[in-house]
Amino acid sequence: MHSDRASLGLKIAAVGGLLFLHLPILLIFLYAFTTEDKSYQFPPPGLTTQWFGVAWNREDIWPPLYLSLWVATVATFVAMILGTLVSAAMARTSFFGREQISLLIILPIALPGVITGMSLRSAFSIMDIPFSTWTIILGHATFCIVIVYNNAVARFRRLSGGILEASADLGANSFQTFRYVLLPNLGTALLAGGMLAFALSFDEVIVTTFTAGQQSTLPIWMLQELVRPRQRPVTNVVAIVVFLATFVPILIAYYLTRGGSETAGSGK
Amino acid sequence: MTTQTPAILPERGLADRLTALFWRHPRLLLAVLLTPPLLWLGVVYLGSLAALLLQSFYSIDEFSGLVKQEFTLKTYAELFRAQNLDIIIRTLVMSAAVTIGCAVIAFPIAYYAARFAKGKWKAVFYLGVMLPLWSSYLVKVYAWKLILAKEGIITWAAEGAGLSMVLNAILSIPGIGGNSLSTSPLGTFLVFVYVWLPYMILPMQAALERVPASMLEASADLGASRAQTFRTVILPLAMPGVIAGSIFTFSLTMGDYIIPQIVGTSARFIGLAVYQLQGTAGNIPLAAAFAVVPIVIMVIYLMIAKRKGAFDAL
Repeated sequence: MHSDRASLGLKIAAVGGLLFLHLPILLIFLYAFTTEDKSYQFPPPGLTTQWFGVAWNREDIWPPLYLSLWVATVATFVAMILGTLVSAAMARTSFFGREQISLLIILPIALPGVITGMSLRSAFSIMDIPFSTWTIILGHATFCIVIVYNNAVARFRRLSGGILEASADLGANSFQTFRYVLLPNLGTALLAGGMLAFALSFDEVIVTTFTAGQQSTLPIWMLQELVRPRQRPVTNVVAIVVFLATFVPILIAYYLTRGGSETAGSGK
Repeated sequence: MTTQTPAILPERGLADRLTALFWRHPRLLLAVLLTPPLLWLGVVYLGSLAALLLQSFYSIDEFSGLVKQEFTLKTYAELFRAQNLDIIIRTLVMSAAVTIGCAVIAFPIAYYAARFAKGKWKAVFYLGVMLPLWSSYLVKVYAWKLILAKEGIITWAAEGAGLSMVLNAILSIPGIGGNSLSTSPLGTFLVFVYVWLPYMILPMQAALERVPASMLEASADLGASRAQTFRTVILPLAMPGVIAGSIFTFSLTMGDYIIPQIVGTSARFIGLAVYQLQGTAGNIPLAAAFAVVPIVIMVIYLMIAKRKGAFDAL
């Protein structure tokens, strides 16, 4: 039969493709332990754990880390509120302009980051808004809305309208229905959306370079180190931190929404 | 709930009265829900896009270096200078090459995941594509700087396998080669393909999953060979997915400015031009005009894609 088995060539190409996606990341871990800090020599001449200590004591790493955490937290919070509201409105209604609104939500992430960044930069320049932490948050929250929206709207679609009607029939008002029926059902989807939004914001660099002014988030710090390297293994240590700070939320989001038809993350 | 019966319960408070109001006027609830997010997106995002357009019609005073806030097409005319046209063409060629590269590597992965992966392997393929998609962009780019460096793992592996000659021969090809992989257009291409690959796999896989198995059986029953089935049944049905994926890879490559800055020659791309013009050069109008170029190209691209039915595969 013709369609039962994959040919060997296809298997090799598929597994090879997956390895191509994953192996490069492992090098980041290896190079964090190298004794060579002036070049990217492979194989590393020796292995050491000293760079973790060096990174810990580097004063210039902590403020960007705190800033990134703060920005990601606030942006996620704003995006969760706005994303939930818009998904509730879009879930089971049809109205004039619905298509346009869904396009508007997706646009910040569909257009290249340089456009979003440059647009915000133009607006700040025209309105004479000085760069601050809030200008960073403004940009991040804008493109995080779609992440929360995607997760929440998929869950809304799966919820049966019957439970909301049952709740109303039993005498609950809208707010009670929201608190006791809707929220428990949406919970994991919202949490997953929030996790992904946090990961996206924590790691964002392109829009941030246009909205940060003189401030550095952790990705901007990393970018500066990439352009002008100093202690290369220290950059690797930071890269591991950034990697884990995005990797862990994504895994949690996956497990929160696993089994549903709308597993988190299939659309970025 | 479909039949209107008089309320039996007495109204108890504000929450109940609001509930009744929303019940009688569902549009009101809709408006309440939509207003905050639409205000945010409308003001912050559409407002910014409008500001971008506005800026692109301003110009910069050549003597004072200040932005002249008068309507002019002078800034757009500057885009057609030879050096700026070069940037645009270089960006388009790279975007097209990256899109084709991604499609070629993505197809077997998407095809296997959609048609043959079962149970545990399905999850492996899903996570295997999703994790790289979401994991840190900068970390991924950085990993390739390590790989492509002159003293890095590729040079080492080529030496070990006795293929240094081949590597050097590739690097000496004018146009794509360079001093080392990390300072060559070929390196830039590789990193682009790597970083955007998951964006191609996912829509492709979605399109392939929708190809009914019965159709393949019918094709086989009618005497088509594997190759014929692939060419005349699977590939045309996968096309919307390929086009949907190409929207991402094309648009993302066109707007990126980090990768060419870290891996590659110093030749500029649209994204890098925008970044440098708004930053060190302080020429926001020209930066804005440059940023409008990808928007225009993407709008044309999307219109063509829509006609080909690519949006059903998103």
